[in-house]
Amino acid sequence: MSTPLPNPIRPAFGPDERAGTTVVSIGPSHPATHGTVQIVAELSGERILRADVHCGYLHRGFEKECESHTWHNLIPYVDRLNYCSALINDFAYCDAVERLMGIEITPRCRYLRTLLAEYSRIADHLTCTAATLMELGAMTAFLYLVMLRDYIYEHLADLTGARVTYSFGRIGGLARDLPAGWLERLEQILREYEVFVGRVHGLVDRNRIFIDRMRDVGVLCSAEAIDWGYTGPVLRSTGVPRDLRKDTPYLAYADLEFAVPVGIKGDNYDRYFVRMREMDESVHMIRQLVERLPPGPISVDDRRCTLPDKHLVYTEIESLISHFKLISEGPQVPAGEIYSAHEGANGELGFYIVSTGDCMPYKLHVRAPSFVHIGGIHRLLEGYQLADLVPTFGSINMIGGECDR
Amino acid sequence: MAAALHERVLARWSSAAREAVIAHGTLVLVVDPEVLVEVVGSLKREFGFDMLLDVTAVDWPGREPRFDVVYHFYTTREFVRVRIKTQVPESAPVVGSLLPLYNAAGIAERECHDMYGIEFRGNPDLRPILLYEGFVGHPLRKDYPKQLEQPLIPYRK
Repeated sequence: MSTPLPNPIRPAFGPDERAGTTVVSIGPSHPATHGTVQIVAELSGERILRADVHCGYLHRGFEKECESHTWHNLIPYVDRLNYCSALINDFAYCDAVERLMGIEITPRCRYLRTLLAEYSRIADHLTCTAATLMELGAMTAFLYLVMLRDYIYEHLADLTGARVTYSFGRIGGLARDLPAGWLERLEQILREYEVFVGRVHGLVDRNRIFIDRMRDVGVLCSAEAIDWGYTGPVLRSTGVPRDLRKDTPYLAYADLEFAVPVGIKGDNYDRYFVRMREMDESVHMIRQLVERLPPGPISVDDRRCTLPDKHLVYTEIESLISHFKLISEGPQVPAGEIYSAHEGANGELGFYIVSTGDCMPYKLHVRAPSFVHIGGIHRLLEGYQLADLVPTFGSINMIGGECDR
Repeated sequence: MAAALHERVLARWSSAAREAVIAHGTLVLVVDPEVLVEVVGSLKREFGFDMLLDVTAVDWPGREPRFDVVYHFYTTREFVRVRIKTQVPESAPVVGSLLPLYNAAGIAERECHDMYGIEFRGNPDLRPILLYEGFVGHPLRKDYPKQLEQPLIPYRK
């Protein structure tokens, strides 16, 4: 045997500090950790006394890489932050850049972005809920929900050409308008959604096994949630009705009627239920958006960011030059800095961007909800059984792509 | 609502700040590192900024002091954001930790320490979080080459 491999982490506590306890290392490659996260846990019997959570196994230098690509070339990168709801990342990033450039997107784009963001939120919550249920043994519920998610993925592929990472946002607009028949299929999927999510409610909501595993497990109180920086469904599950779509409306949210579901005690059951209810609200929003979807162009008529029509590129010199400049250099963003946040599926997704007027960002930082949540997740694990780690971790919906960047 | 709260914060702190502007709807205060913890404490207690959203830094090589340390705060009662910036030199990149005020500061300061080498005095746990033990240097500093590799395990030939 050669020398042992170096340990990439230094646990906060050793194996034999206290008598009668055991230290186990769970992950980074473990079926219950979804992404790549490592939890070092000190156990007394099967109860977790202390937990030390390590992320970073999916770190790929996203922020460093952003500093050497044009503003438009970053869109495929931001797709890969939260890959369960890639469109929300796209639109949050484009919105931040557009605000720096002083661009007002067209009404149709505003509505379509809102619609697609809510559609992505459904896909994200379906993924999270399905995985949590499967890990508790609810295989039927898992298959129902993942089937719905696959309908959504296929449907988004009809629009964007990709199932998961769409690269569909553009600074100043969207890649293309809806294809024919897309909205009809959307309504069919929403009807399927109602049938199958209804069945899942019937299968698990009042199921004794499910309640025993979820109720009063991983409890978080409101004050603590705010102190640890929790946002999104986790914060709302503690009873705090904070939602950026309501509090600081962006895109078309100010025009929509929707409720902000909250939990009563911030445990795993509440996090499950808040996500289920939020999907219903998203469906409600999508129907309002479809009804009021305004006609018109999807991209702003602004040569600083929007590519000219192809037939103009072939027929007039100004458009040819503009096309060439936008492809080779990309948009120029005026010097300045901005922090712009959208309500991602997991919480506040913020982009902090510093521009020096160049064709690349000087600095781009992502306030990723999953990363902040990992900072306080030990509070949800300590004091509970080792087996509770699986549903609790699932209910946080930690996404390695945005956590580790 | 945002404007009124911005005015109140400005009335209280613009004299202590090196710079105070409102940019893209966010109040930006640039303060000295010595008063950072005091200003943030006042924001939390007197103005209700109960959530620390984010800690990061910006590297300006050639400028003295070289680093901006950037904080974002939010109030869950009035839905207003404020950005606090402080400047620290390369020779002593030290600021006080906000851990006594916000638990969320723990992991955010660890990341900032990883990426820029900023020391947060009073944060007892600045172990690597996104990087690994033994990593040399701070990758988001502008003088760290993008392509530099530091594999823990030698690549297979």
